[in-house]
Amino acid sequence: MTTVTATHARERESLGEFLLRAPAVGPALALVVAIVVFSLATDTFFDLDNLSTVVQQSLVVGTLALGQTLVILIAGIDLSNAASMVVATLIMAKLAAAGTNGFVALLAGVVLTIIVGIFIGGLATRIKLPAFIITLGTFTMLTAVSKLIAGGQAVPVTDGLLQWLGTKRYLFGGIPITYGMTLALLMYLGIWYALTKTAWGKHVYAVGNAPESARLSGIKVNRTVLSVYIVAGLTFGIAAWQALGRTPNADPNQFQLGNLDSITAVVLGGTSLFGGRGSVLGTLMGALVVAVLRSGLTQMNVDGNYQDLATGALLIAAVVVDRIARRQQQS
Amino acid sequence: MRQRSLTALTLAAVLAATTGCTVERHWGGNTNTGGSGKAKVGLVTKTDTNPYFVELRNAARAAAQANGADFSALAGQFDGDNDGQVRAIENLRQQGANTILITPSSSTGVLKAIKDARDAGVLVIALDTATEPADAVDATFATDNFAAGEQQGAYVKAALNGTPPKLLMVDGTAGSTVDTQRHGGFLKGIGLTDGSPEIKGHTAANGDQSLAQQGMENLLQRSTDINAVYSMNEPMGRGAYAALKARGLTGQIVMGSIDGGCEGVQNVKDGQFAATVMQFPKKMAEQGVLAAVEYAKTGKKPSGFVNTGSAVITDKPLPGIESHDSAWGLQNCWGGQK
Repeated sequence: MTTVTATHARERESLGEFLLRAPAVGPALALVVAIVVFSLATDTFFDLDNLSTVVQQSLVVGTLALGQTLVILIAGIDLSNAASMVVATLIMAKLAAAGTNGFVALLAGVVLTIIVGIFIGGLATRIKLPAFIITLGTFTMLTAVSKLIAGGQAVPVTDGLLQWLGTKRYLFGGIPITYGMTLALLMYLGIWYALTKTAWGKHVYAVGNAPESARLSGIKVNRTVLSVYIVAGLTFGIAAWQALGRTPNADPNQFQLGNLDSITAVVLGGTSLFGGRGSVLGTLMGALVVAVLRSGLTQMNVDGNYQDLATGALLIAAVVVDRIARRQQQS
Repeated sequence: MRQRSLTALTLAAVLAATTGCTVERHWGGNTNTGGSGKAKVGLVTKTDTNPYFVELRNAARAAAQANGADFSALAGQFDGDNDGQVRAIENLRQQGANTILITPSSSTGVLKAIKDARDAGVLVIALDTATEPADAVDATFATDNFAAGEQQGAYVKAALNGTPPKLLMVDGTAGSTVDTQRHGGFLKGIGLTDGSPEIKGHTAANGDQSLAQQGMENLLQRSTDINAVYSMNEPMGRGAYAALKARGLTGQIVMGSIDGGCEGVQNVKDGQFAATVMQFPKKMAEQGVLAAVEYAKTGKKPSGFVNTGSAVITDKPLPGIESHDSAWGLQNCWGGQK
């Protein structure tokens, strides 16, 4: 959780400074509090099967949010990630239904999301358009493409490999673990390692913090930005695989708000929308917090509208914490 | 630099061409009153990609061609896009439509535009969804969604064969007209009311399969002691089924759905749904176009609510419930001959 904005050691640091140095601590606390509250409030929440289910429910958005974290770290935003993923699920399912080998179908979907990443990254670096606009346009186009491919109909998935992440599971200490959960964990660890231990990771934070200074210090800013969109595209392709493991149909009408859900997870995870500060571990917590809230509140029989209300309030609280932390750092 | 601005320009053009509503135009001019001879039919659907509305649109276009009427179709961009529908109505009037067939996104959101059109002499017929009040349009050709829900509820009740229901409900968009009617109809059919202790939980999933699956998983965590599931439409039914299957509960549960798309009928055939209730969008479209032709010829307007009917599709027919099997359903999904 090293960030380039980390302040040098002092004898006493304020809460804001602490949160700034370790942005995943806040969401981790929120997660623990939520789990404890729901475990006390219901007889059903604290149950190994249920905890496993909650993690499985957060897999797709969690994987989307992983790529979204990288994009937001460079002060960008990707509104098209879920739409890109949905197109990939349809391509995978359609190819498999037409008799294509499952691995080839999977690859085709992942290649598509990477191409979308190159398209967005290319426009962001070559023409310097704001990411918001590029990805808004891409979102609109991809949504249309998914409906054109599917003709509005869902495509049933029967291919074993495409469902593998959801159907194969093993027990770990009594908790059912799917291969999808394992893969997501490995991806989070991989990107965490890349962000904190490699030069590429330092460049990502530097570009997000101050692109001009990064450029002056010899970082190839455009190349870093493009690489972020490509890696993010790869994660969205894998999110498509996760989605097919979860639901047995590729449906053009699902994950309509997946883009916003992924941004919610990133922001709840303490990553700053202004770039340069945050961590994928925080995002993991953020994605889990949302799923825990949904699950726990549903089991408490709380109406869906109140669940949305709670999630929104938590989101604003997270941004307020980010702002206060930044202000304390400046003063 | 020049190359850059050229690229930007191209990009802008591509964006402009690929966003916004889809438009089909086949005429110009601005005659818009009845009795003038040629029918000019404009259709406004909720979206232009949902297969249900695609079926409706195709049927309307075919009926218009068969009857020598001009036809133009516009749509909102998403379910609930009132503004998009208002613009579509304005565009159709501009193009000179003398009949507008509309599936209103919300029962109240487009009423002013409809009133303006009617005041100008345009025949307005609601398809699929009634307006509130119902007489805001000249006539409504639609599924009686309350009756469709009631048929589903009656089937589930009959399938339970006297066992008291323990019900989970998967609703659509909270507060939407169709959602409310189907929900209420189902409860009447199964013999319950909102708040009955037999209802073990409900979740609203906005028509999103993955949200329905998630909601059902969370509900099942509370209790798996259930024997009946209501799903407001078929995609959400499939999501709910995935959650039930993961828990190994599909054997003990009677699940009903509504819509009657070919895929939903296939789900009945595969045993995912015990029954689904089929609607007939093709009938709505054809009858709407025929009314438009009649209006153009004679100036005579239809009125009131015309129920285009709904039918239970199941491979487990039950005494006292009129139904068709899935083979018939696949032949007739959404009223189209396949």
